[in-house]
Amino acid sequence: MHIVVCIKQVPDSAQIRVHPVTNTIMRQGVPAIVNPYDLFSLEEALRLKDRFGGKVTMLCMGPPQAEEALRKCISFGADDAVLVTDRAFAGADTLATSYALAAGIQQIAKEQAVDIVFTGKQTIDGDTAQVGPGIAKRLGLQLLTYVSRIVETDLDARTITAERRAEGGVQVLRTALPCLITMLENTNELRFATLPAMIHSAGYPVRKWNREQAGIEDVSKIGLKGSPTVVSKVFGPTPRSEKAEMLDLDASSLRDVSVNLLQKIFTRHPTLEADLLMKEGS
Amino acid sequence: MNAPAKKPAGRAGRNLELPEHLKAYKGVWVFIEHDRGHVHTVSWELLGEARKLADTLGSRVGVAVLGGADEPLEKFAAEAFTYGADDAYIVHDPVLHGYRNEPFTKGLTDLVNRHQPEILLLGATSMGRDLAGSVATTLLTGLTADCTELNIDPASRALAATRPTFGGSLLCTIMTLAYRPQMATVRPRVMPMPPRDTTRTGNIVQATLGMIETDIVTKLLDFIPDASSNRINLPYADVIVSGGKGLKNPENFRLVFELANVLGGEVGATRPCVQAGWVEAERQVGQTGKTVRPKLYIAAGISGAIQHRVGMESADVIVAINTDPNAPIFEFAHYGIVGNALKVLPALTQAFAEHLSRRRKQAA
Repeated sequence: MHIVVCIKQVPDSAQIRVHPVTNTIMRQGVPAIVNPYDLFSLEEALRLKDRFGGKVTMLCMGPPQAEEALRKCISFGADDAVLVTDRAFAGADTLATSYALAAGIQQIAKEQAVDIVFTGKQTIDGDTAQVGPGIAKRLGLQLLTYVSRIVETDLDARTITAERRAEGGVQVLRTALPCLITMLENTNELRFATLPAMIHSAGYPVRKWNREQAGIEDVSKIGLKGSPTVVSKVFGPTPRSEKAEMLDLDASSLRDVSVNLLQKIFTRHPTLEADLLMKEGS
Repeated sequence: MNAPAKKPAGRAGRNLELPEHLKAYKGVWVFIEHDRGHVHTVSWELLGEARKLADTLGSRVGVAVLGGADEPLEKFAAEAFTYGADDAYIVHDPVLHGYRNEPFTKGLTDLVNRHQPEILLLGATSMGRDLAGSVATTLLTGLTADCTELNIDPASRALAATRPTFGGSLLCTIMTLAYRPQMATVRPRVMPMPPRDTTRTGNIVQATLGMIETDIVTKLLDFIPDASSNRINLPYADVIVSGGKGLKNPENFRLVFELANVLGGEVGATRPCVQAGWVEAERQVGQTGKTVRPKLYIAAGISGAIQHRVGMESADVIVAINTDPNAPIFEFAHYGIVGNALKVLPALTQAFAEHLSRRRKQAA
């Protein structure tokens, strides 16, 4: 079984700070990490490899330093890693990104046919959840998004059965290989990297492909030119004109403050009290 | 396929001009998401936005309603008319019973190619996001996810779609200038419910899918509904009491549950609490969690990071309890108490319980 897992290197958004005056992102010192959602897909791919044997190939589009993110995945047990990197990819939106990654997967498939492509559910920096469906559409792969559990994989029949999170319930879907899967978060727990694996990953020769090596001839499909969306403005949230009315705990008892607050809430929202009385409060 | 073949190169090779053949695209569409006989409320919320955009453009509002042979799609269309739709494009087909990517992508893509709307909106649900990504890639057009504001840019007449970026620390406005339709998704509860006019009616256009079951690779074997007892419906809760890391430990979340219980509300939480495993992921409020719009939102021990704020600032009344008088939450709460949430929460629980029980007795 040959599995390709697509990942993205992202800034750790929990540590991003915005300059209070210029409203620009302060990137200095913000560590780059593997998009956390991608790791649930990586673990699922590694589990399939544990069961059925075969190979897990990592794929990433990004600047040369994204090599580190791929190395990290090698340390968890991935077998091979390809970084598609070229200045021509800069400024890609999700449509152009799915084109470049789909091209990379096709090149990888020339070496060995691909059975399953995994991507993360979404990234933590873009949060669009569009690249996985985009790759599937471009490669004509069956698409299973938000998978919470892979129920059964039948390599003889070349089918896979999975549970997919939907609104108000779970769909049980069976599809044919090859397919593209995006895993839901917290559906598995990523294994630890062993010390020998970490040493192996540190020296692993990540393959770097430029545009031509990724098999892309048409530059109008990638980067800024291949991106239909245009960012016209970036700005900070507008502050609310009125600040909170503060209730002083020092001036009166906690009980008085609570009763006072309750009256203020009901005055501000005249229908709320009736709504609360309708509910089965205890 | 109406994929734009020739695009004029704009500044820096960008495609900023709408090609002549795409100027025929008119109208604002909403994809109607439904499940087991009910339309998802996000579709009505989107119709309110679509009406506003169409009125600015002087165009019509259409809805795409796809479903099984026996599903009441005409009833959904009639409901859509009361929320502002003018035209409903309906596709009944047995293979459209229960959502699957392949037939829905074909159905929606075909409708768009035939009727050429300039804007197409979908709910940012697990169905809407799955479908939108596939349709946009098939049509080779721009798609902006999780928008919090939709407007028409006066200069270009294009859709100006605003969304949080960089984990919700900044907002950006995105436009698709040279491609049609312009696609966007919006999360449930981000937009208000539009007013309903039960006298409004509209036109129904029936279309066919042209697929048979054997064409479709993916089979829907089963649907397992969530047990209603453990369903957490945060986006549509009237009252939410949320806790943050200021509660110190997961056991103290009990105080949040007690107040929520008295108010008949739901319990929410910040991302750090969910990541620490204090409460279920379904309770996370914020950019990477749920967007909520309750009548009353009580934030206990929450500092008010932008990631949290974008998920709850549309609440009618926001009450904040925090020990730090400089916490950002006091910048956008309506009422603030500087104090220890572990002491204030029980006092509020008691005050509400007494008040509501007194009023119930008066009413009885």
